[in-house]
Amino acid sequence: MRDDPPEGDPIEDLLPPGAVLATRLADGEWHRLHPATPLLRGGIVVIALAGYFISQARQQLIDLFFGAPHAHDDGDPFLFLTRDGRLPLALLGIAAILIVIVVIFYLSWRVHTFRITDEVVEVRSGLIRRSLRKGRLDRIQGINIVRPFFARLFGAARLEIDVAGHDANVRLDYLSSSNADGLRRDILRLASGTKHAEQASTAPDSRGFVEQRVAEFIAPELDPSFAPPESVVRVHVGRLVGSIFLHDTTFTLLLLIALAAAASAALGTLEIVIYFLVPFALALGSFLFRRFTKSIRYSIASTPDGVRVGFGLLTLSNETLPPGRIHSVQVRQPILWRAPGWWEIKVNRASKSNAKGADAQRNTTILPVGNLDDVLRVLALLLPNTSPESTETLRRGIVGTGPEGGFTNSPRRAVVVRPFAFRRNGFAEIPGVVLLRAGGIWRHLTMVPEARAQSIGVSQGPIYRALRLARVHVHTVNGPIRAELGGLDRDVALRFFGTVSLEVVSAVSTDATHRWRAGGSAA
Amino acid sequence: MTRRLDLPAVEWRRVSPKYVLVDVVSTLVLTIGLVIASSIPALVSRVTLWWILPAVVLVIMILVIAFVPRRVRSIGYQLRDDDLLFRRGLLFQRFVAVPYGRMQLIDITRGPVSRVLGLSDLHFVTAAASSSVQIPGLLVADAEELRDRLVALAETRRAGL
Repeated sequence: MRDDPPEGDPIEDLLPPGAVLATRLADGEWHRLHPATPLLRGGIVVIALAGYFISQARQQLIDLFFGAPHAHDDGDPFLFLTRDGRLPLALLGIAAILIVIVVIFYLSWRVHTFRITDEVVEVRSGLIRRSLRKGRLDRIQGINIVRPFFARLFGAARLEIDVAGHDANVRLDYLSSSNADGLRRDILRLASGTKHAEQASTAPDSRGFVEQRVAEFIAPELDPSFAPPESVVRVHVGRLVGSIFLHDTTFTLLLLIALAAAASAALGTLEIVIYFLVPFALALGSFLFRRFTKSIRYSIASTPDGVRVGFGLLTLSNETLPPGRIHSVQVRQPILWRAPGWWEIKVNRASKSNAKGADAQRNTTILPVGNLDDVLRVLALLLPNTSPESTETLRRGIVGTGPEGGFTNSPRRAVVVRPFAFRRNGFAEIPGVVLLRAGGIWRHLTMVPEARAQSIGVSQGPIYRALRLARVHVHTVNGPIRAELGGLDRDVALRFFGTVSLEVVSAVSTDATHRWRAGGSAA
Repeated sequence: MTRRLDLPAVEWRRVSPKYVLVDVVSTLVLTIGLVIASSIPALVSRVTLWWILPAVVLVIMILVIAFVPRRVRSIGYQLRDDDLLFRRGLLFQRFVAVPYGRMQLIDITRGPVSRVLGLSDLHFVTAAASSSVQIPGLLVADAEELRDRLVALAETRRAGL
C-alpha cells in the first residue's frame, strides 16, 4: 500500500489513468454551492416577510381595487406610508434594503465553499465569523440526501455527511440534484478505500431544462440507475396508517385525551380542556404527521456501498449507510401490533442517533412497519454475513420461546423478576452477532454485531443475588437501544461475560469496515 | 454454591487505601446536605413527627459510611492481554471488560481531597456512555503511568468505532 497523500492534494494525480469520478466536485479543490443556496436557506424568512407584507397590505390592496373610503386607524404603518407622497421614498428605502440583502447573500455564497480530498471533507463559510468544518472520510456514518419541497422546485438537494459524534454532520446545502447524487457516489468511493475509481458513465442529459426538472421532481430517488431500485420491503399505505393508529404512542395519547375530556365533562369546567386537552391533541397531531411523512414512500435497498433507505412525501430523504455503521439493531412489537403481526426495526448509530424530536425517528427507525418476512429481509441487509441457519435463529429470536434455535434461557426461578417473559428471556449467537431476546408482552430482540460492541458488562443487585441471577450488558453507542438482558443464571451470565468479551476482542481486531472496499481492491 | 459474582483466576489490582478517606469525606458532605434537605418539612410544619425523616436518612447514611472501606476494597482492575477488566460495587456489583482498541480518550481528574492525599481518578472513555470505567484513588504517578500504558496499548490495537 502506498502512503496516504497529505490532505489537500488534488486526487487526480493519485488515481490511475482513465479513472473518472462522477462529478468534478470531489477533486480536492474548493467549490461553491448551488447559486440558489441563500434563497433556499433563507427561504422561510423570505416567505414569512412576504406573508407579513401581504397581510399588512391586504386592506390597502382591496381599497385600491374597489375604491373603498379610507376608514382606518392612523397607527397603521402601511397607511402612513401611502399618504402624503411618502410612497416613493419608502419604495426607495425598501429597494436599498433589498440590494444590501442581495449583496450580503451573494458575498456569503461566494465565501461558502467546500472541498473533498481523499481523506477529509471540509466546508468553510461565514462572512464575518469564519468557520471551517472538517469530517474524516473513514469516520463517515452515513450520507443523506435531503430534498425539501422548496429546494425541489429549484432542482436542488442538501447533502448531509454524518460523521461520528453528537451533531457532527457536515452539510452541503444546497447542490443541484444530479451533483448531489454524483458527489455522494464519489465520497462513498473515496471513503470505501477503493483505489481504482470505476469508469463512471456520465452520459449528458439530452432532455430540455424543464423536462429534466420535471423528471427530477417526480423521481422518488435520485439517479435510479445507480442502485438497484428494487426495495426489499414495500409498505402499503393501508398498513402504514393502521400501524400508526395502533402504535403505543397514539394509544397512550388518545387515552390521555379521553381522560381529559371525561374529567372536564365531569367537573364542568373548560380550564382542564385548555391545560390538558389542547397540548395532548397537538402532541398527537404532530406525532401522527411526523410518523406518516417519515414513513411514506419508504424504500430500503442494498448497494455496494451499504444500505440505502429512502422516504418522504414533500421533503424527500435518501440515506446511504456504509457497512459496519450500525451499532445495534432491535426488532420490536408494540402491543397492539401483535394481532396483525407487525414489527418495527430500530438501530443505534454513532452519529445523531441521540437527536431529539423530528430528527430522531429518521435516524433510528430503519423499518417503520413490516411483517416477519419483511423484518428478516431487512435484517439480512443490516447484519453482517447472515446465512439460512442464522435466519432461522433470528426467526426464533423474534417470535420464539424456549431453547430452540440455540437460545440459552433464564432459569425457572427467574419467574420472580420476569413473570411473563422468563420462558422467552434468553440469548444466542450467530456468527459475529450477539442476540438478546426478551419481553413477553412487549416482545423485542436486540442484536449487536460483536465488531461494534464497545464493552461487555455483568452486574448483580441484592434481589438478583438472593435469586442467584445476574444481568449482562453489551455496551453500544448512545441511542434508543440498550442492549442488556436480566434474569440470567449467575454462572451462565459469567460464562457469557467470559466468552463474549474474548469474541469482541477478536472481532474488533479483524474488523476493517472503516475502509470497506480496501481489502478487495488492494489484492 | 456462591451467589455473588466473581471471576476466578483474576489477580485484581486494588486502589489506594487512602481513597477511603476521600470517599468518607464526600459521603459526609452528601449526608449533611441530605439531612438538611429532609429536615425542611419538620422545620416548616413544626410537627415533631416529621423529624423521623432526617433521622432515617441519618441512620442510612451512617450505614453507608460504615461500609465505605469495604466498598473501596471492592474496586479492582486488571490489564489483560487485549482488554481492561474493571470491577466495583458491593451491594450492586458490576464487572466490565473493555478492549483497549475501544479507547476514545483517558481523563485524569483530581478533586480537592484527592489532591491533598496525592490521589487522582482515571476515567477510560469509550464511544458508549454506559461503559463508564472510572478507576478512582490511584496514586498520581500510578495514574499517569497507567494512562501512558493504556494509550500505548490502544495505539497498537487501534480500531474504528
